[in-house]
Order: sequence, then structure tokens, then C-alpha cells
Amino acid sequence: MSKTFSKDDNSVVVIVGSGAGGGTLADELTRQGVDVVILEAGKHHTQEDFENDEWAMFAKISWLDKRISAGGWHHTETYPNLPAWIVKGVGGSTMHWSGLALRFMAHEFKTRTTYGHVPGANVLDWPISYEELAPYYEIAERKMGVAGTKASGLPPMPPNNHYKVIEAGARKIGYKDIVRPVASNTRPNDGRPACQQIGYCMQGCKIGAKWSTLYSEIPRAMKTGHAELRPQSMVLRIEHDKSGKATGVLYADKDGKQHLQKARVVCVAGNSIESPRLLLNSASSMFPNGLANSSGQVGRNYMNHTTAAALTINPGPVYMYRGFDIAAVVSDEVPNNPDRGFLGGYHLEGLALHLPFAAAFMKPGGWGREVSSALEKFDHMSCVWVCGEDLAQEENSITLHPTERDQHGLPIPIVTKTDHTNDAVMRRHGLAQWRKLSEAVGATRVIDMPPYPASHNMGTNRMSEKARDGVVNKWGQTHDIKNLFVSDGSQFTSSGAANPTLTIVALAIRQAEYIAGAMRRREL
Amino acid sequence: MKDDQLQSAAAQGMRVVEKRVAVSRRAFLKGSGLAAAGVTALSAGSLMLPARDALAAEFTHLGADIGKTLLVMARDIFPHDKISDRFYMLAIEPYDAAAAKDPALAKLISDGVAQLNALAQANFMAPYAEVPTETERLTLLYTIEHGAFFQKIKGDMVTGFYNNKAVWPLFGEEGSSWEKGGYIARGFDDIDWLPKA
Repeated sequence: MSKTFSKDDNSVVVIVGSGAGGGTLADELTRQGVDVVILEAGKHHTQEDFENDEWAMFAKISWLDKRISAGGWHHTETYPNLPAWIVKGVGGSTMHWSGLALRFMAHEFKTRTTYGHVPGANVLDWPISYEELAPYYEIAERKMGVAGTKASGLPPMPPNNHYKVIEAGARKIGYKDIVRPVASNTRPNDGRPACQQIGYCMQGCKIGAKWSTLYSEIPRAMKTGHAELRPQSMVLRIEHDKSGKATGVLYADKDGKQHLQKARVVCVAGNSIESPRLLLNSASSMFPNGLANSSGQVGRNYMNHTTAAALTINPGPVYMYRGFDIAAVVSDEVPNNPDRGFLGGYHLEGLALHLPFAAAFMKPGGWGREVSSALEKFDHMSCVWVCGEDLAQEENSITLHPTERDQHGLPIPIVTKTDHTNDAVMRRHGLAQWRKLSEAVGATRVIDMPPYPASHNMGTNRMSEKARDGVVNKWGQTHDIKNLFVSDGSQFTSSGAANPTLTIVALAIRQAEYIAGAMRRREL
Repeated sequence: MKDDQLQSAAAQGMRVVEKRVAVSRRAFLKGSGLAAAGVTALSAGSLMLPARDALAAEFTHLGADIGKTLLVMARDIFPHDKISDRFYMLAIEPYDAAAAKDPALAKLISDGVAQLNALAQANFMAPYAEVPTETERLTLLYTIEHGAFFQKIKGDMVTGFYNNKAVWPLFGEEGSSWEKGGYIARGFDDIDWLPKA
């Protein structure tokens, strides 16, 4: 029972984006009786549109509007106009996400306290602790159906070939903390079927076993009669009144026609590139540096994890793509242990590729027998993705291009990223450990790969205790404008070594509770 | 599938994909999905020519010489000795129709081929496609690898060749699985060569 709200209805909460943050927020607010209008830039795809085809789905769902890679990272050469690999569509990047639902560790919320002052970095403690977020992690794990967790009660994902080969190597070199908390049903749950080990999880789960707000939170929110979803609605700016309160948003529909939707509260959940871009593009005479930017931190501290990847050629066949895309995940290197030569930690995550992506990512720009001889052993391959803590640095940022405009006439975002020395050392360590792990089961060749375009984008509207250090408080509420919230990964104060989705969902559940309460108390 | 059936399937050892294709050209074109994109059937007369020349003759717009050069170049870029020319042809053949509509592309390709052939003549006294060894041809490709022509051909090959479903079986890639019920009963966990823990 979908509802339609008037554009002049200033009692609604407007949510910009429908991914892990926005979709969850919509579900949680509507179940508490709050009316929401969800504005989603992308199209409304359904599972009918999903294909088991890497490039076809890449073309169909990726956010392909032009963005510019800048700074010292590899992407300026390898992916100059595709710094990030995220999704434009209802459900956002929860269509593409791998399903890996890891919690942050306690110390990752206290990075400034744990690491001390780090030269060249802008490290800060979160204004919340692990203990404060833990109950929301539980709700998130239950909601999303994270297999193998107590909260969901779902059995663990059964090990596939790729899991087994990585686990065997990991144990041989002494690793013990091997996990696989994935948000995919291991039995029918929440109206969705059990995983059939189809693979192609990152191309959109064809049967909906893997959690996505596309078919979980969004339809549930619509059923309450408290939500309206407007796809192909690109928000251009947030409007405010003379008192500095947000009053609504200006957006362009699929034909480019502009509309103003009034709002009581505005929640921005457009991913760590679009969310700060929207705040910066909303600059006014009252807020000349952009909304919620008195600290100057909007768009700063861009983090996308310290990542690397490698393909291993094993002595026998693996068919890594058979079954759930995430294989064994080694967590032994996550605790902070500065003796290794770097701060923070990383996960070694088995992550399957099919032949087309293996060919594209193995050695971008590469050719000749070096490449082709490896691909001939595609069936013997295993694949790792290193996911490690990326230290916040102010100059890693989302900024607006001085002259280049998009289809709506708005400045194109520039994504600037340069490694901290810490990142480089960690990346080398991770790849060396993977090599050892691979050789322990008889690998004949290990091919290091440069990082993929970033799917984990964080930190550009970060949480802080003090208004001068960040953009939002511990509820994701902007320090400057009390009815303006940030509801996505751009809130993250640190990146941790965990894939961000579970934490985004936990924060959105907690934020919804706060917003609904504050609305009832007439504080908003 | 019941548990006991699953166990008996596992007991049979790993389900290994034969890295071969054995299909008729007709089925091959149909299955590759490229038939609709302008891949034409071979004419009877062309069957008289050696296979590589026959394939190159399909370049009706750019001409057979350019077709042959691109074919040899495609193979040198991603050499797979067990894979026949026709699979490489599928990756480069779209250039012929595209060049007919796009003068800039036609110029990039014809100038690029001319430059490569000139280099080949200067060094080996033969056009590129006739330079006898891969090692010799590679020295020529290294000379042009940072140029727009090479970058275009190589970049397109990544998808034009490896994203062609017709070549996937040759690499042990099984492709779309949802319509087959995934791998839950088709070997997702049948690895049988790992050392015992």
C-alpha cells in the first residue's frame, strides 16, 4: 500500500538514497509511524533484471556518472573516471555488496586513544563506543539474516571449495580466527529463500537470498502506508530557512524537471561521494562553504579501506565462483599490533571473481603471456581481497570540480586519495601473508593485483564529539543544523577493517530510534 | 536433493569441467550471442582459402589485410595456444562494422596498422602478420604499446575476448548458474585434493 505525499507536506522526513543507510532508516522510521519520502537517484530494478553476468550487471546498476580520480593513488591511472564502484538504483549498493557482515572491533571506535597522534593523519575517536553500538549490531544481524550469528539463529553458510582451500592454507600457517558472517539466508527467512550457492552475489542476488534493502526494507516500509519511494529523483540541493533549519530538497526527476519537496527532517544517505557533494552543492549566503560545514570537514577524511587483491593458482581445480561469493575470511590480523610495522589491522577476505572480472582486474593495462598463462588456470584460482584500516587524512577528499558540470549543471565531484605510509606497509603485509597462506596448500603462482575501484567509501561527513572536529554528532545529526542528518557510511570516524554495511545498518537503526523519539518530543 | 544423494555425489570426486568446446559453427554463433551483432556466415568460396585468410576476408570495410593484422595482433596480446583464431576473430570483427560508421575509428585502425606494418618492414622485412615468430612480433608491439591504437585494441580485447561466453568453457568458467539451481547440488563443495588437516 504505497502512499503519495504532497510536495508541500512539510511533516515528512525526506531520505536521500535507498541503500543500506537510507533503506534501513525508511524501514525503521515507518515502523514507528513516521512518514517518509525516499528520493533515489537511480532506477527501480527488480530481481527480474538481475543476470548472472558480471559486465552486463556492471553496466546495468553501477553509478557510472563521471567522477574524477585524483591524488597519489593507483586509480588515477587504472580507473581515472571510476574512483568508486557503487550502485545507482533502488537498494543502492546493497544490490552489489558481497554480503559480508563484520562488526567493528572495540579499538576501532577509539583510534585516537589507541594509536595516539599519527603524523600525517587526522585520526579521531568516534563519539560512540562499541558497547553502545553492540545492541544495534544484534538487531542488524537479525534484520539482515546474518548466517552463523546468535542474533539471527541462522546456521552458518556451508563451506564451498573456495572457502575450503583458503581455510586449509590459513590453518597451515597458524591462523585460527576464520569466519564467514554473511547476510544470506541459510534457510528460508524473512520471506526470502535459502541460498542455492548460485554465486554472482555481487551482480544482484537472483533469488533474493542475500539481504538487500531493494527487496527487504523498502517494500516493508511501503507496506506500512507511511512511505513513498520516488526513483530516478536526483537531489540537487537542500534548502533552508532564515533560521538555518532545513526546509526541503530540490530534486530533478527522470526528465530533468525540478521539484521542491518540503520536509520536517532531511536525512542524507547518498554514499560518501554524493552525500558531501550534496552538502557542498547546497552552499548559500548563510552557509557559503556548504551546509553543516562550519568545521570545514565536509568532504574531508575520505577513506576507502586499505585494500589489495591477489589471485592464486592452486595445484588443483577450485572453481572459486561455485557458491556464495565470500569464501573464508581470516580475522587474525585485525587486532592492533604495531609490531607488524603498521597501526590497525586487516581482514583477508576470500572473494570470488568470474573469468571476465579476473581478466579485467588481474593486471589492468597488462597483456601478453604473463596475463594469458595465468588466466588459463582460471579454474584453479582462489582470490583474496585485503580489507584493512585506512587512516583518515584531511586532504583525502571529495571536492567540487571548478568548471566541469554534470547533466544537472552541478559540479562533478573529484575523489582525491593518497596512501598514508601506514596503508602501504599494511598492504604489503597483507599480500605477503596471503602468499604464505597460498603456498601452504601448494600454490604454483600468486599474482598481486592493484586495488579495485572502491566499493567502501567512508568518512566524508564524520562523527565527532566536538563540532570543530567533524560534521555530525553521535546520532548522525549535523552539528550545525539540527533537522539535518547523515545516514550513510560518510558518518564513519574511522574505517575499521570491517566491510562497512553492517555498521551502516546498525547506525541507521539507532538513528531512526533517535529521530522518531525527538519527533515525538517535538524536538525536531 | 536429499542428503544421501549429495553424499554420493561427493563420493564420486570433484565435478571437473572439460576445457574444450565441441559445437558446430552455427550453434557456436547462436550461443555466443554475437550472431545478432553482425557476425556473418562464411561464404562457400571463402572455405577454399586457408582458415586465417578466410576469417580476415570477412573484413569487408577495412579490408582483409587489416583484418589479418588485427587477428594476429589480438592473438599476440592475449595468446592462448589451444584457442583457435575464430574466437579471436569474434573479438575484433565488430571493428569492421563500427569503422564503417565511425571515420575516426577507421582512421585510428588503418593508421595504426600502417604504422605497425612499417615498423615490421623496417625491422623484419615483412608485414606484421607475416613476421614469423611471436618473439619478433612482440618487439614491435612493445614499441607501440603506449599509443592510442594499441591501447584501443588491447582494452577492447579484455571484454571482447574474455567476456565472450563462447570462450568461457575453454577456461573452466561455467557462467550463469541460477537457471540450473546454482551449485548447491552441482559441486559447490566437492574439492577433493586438499591435504588432510
